[in-house]
Amino acid sequence: MRISNITWAGLLLALTLQACVTINIYFPAAAAEKAADKIIDEVWQLKEGQPANTDPAAAPAK
Amino acid sequence: MNIKQTLTGFYLFLAVLMVAPITALAAADLEVNTPAISTLKNSMQTRHGQLAAHYGSGAVGLTRDGLIAVRDANAVLLAQRQGVNSLVSAENGDRNALYKEIATANGHPEWEAEVRSTFAQRWVQKAQGGWWYQDASGGWKQK
Repeated sequence: MRISNITWAGLLLALTLQACVTINIYFPAAAAEKAADKIIDEVWQLKEGQPANTDPAAAPAK
Repeated sequence: MNIKQTLTGFYLFLAVLMVAPITALAAADLEVNTPAISTLKNSMQTRHGQLAAHYGSGAVGLTRDGLIAVRDANAVLLAQRQGVNSLVSAENGDRNALYKEIATANGHPEWEAEVRSTFAQRWVQKAQGGWWYQDASGGWKQK
């Protein structure tokens, strides 16, 4: 009976931790932005030195 | 089976759980070098030679969902309109495929929407002055 209780408690804890781990697999926004910039530079053949605004939150300049 | 065995197994399991997030963090760079992505990039790069003038004239604009659209058909000669429509729809086909492929290539097909919205912002950010784009509410603005 006692083993069974510990097993259940362990399982519950494991599930809780698993949930935390799952949340950790987030969308890598910064990496995606970097990848997008690289692809866009190639598709639009933009020059290397062209200043790219690194702040994604900034609204596009008019 | 006793408590000790159960606990040992559990601790092992815990150790695995602790390593998992580190692995996830290590893969923080997105994979964008698959053959499918290269093919799409080449196709879009070639097409851009034809599209660039239409971005400049305002005939075609960048949409808020990471695609392009005919914005002002009057900016194109009647005889060329069909051609522009074809260019736009071919470009959108490539763009949709690109977003999907990037998400899939990284093992997270569910990231497609986020990849798309990242691109939507970056296309606008890198657009030339004078080009048109859609703001968050879908209205056209000139950069």
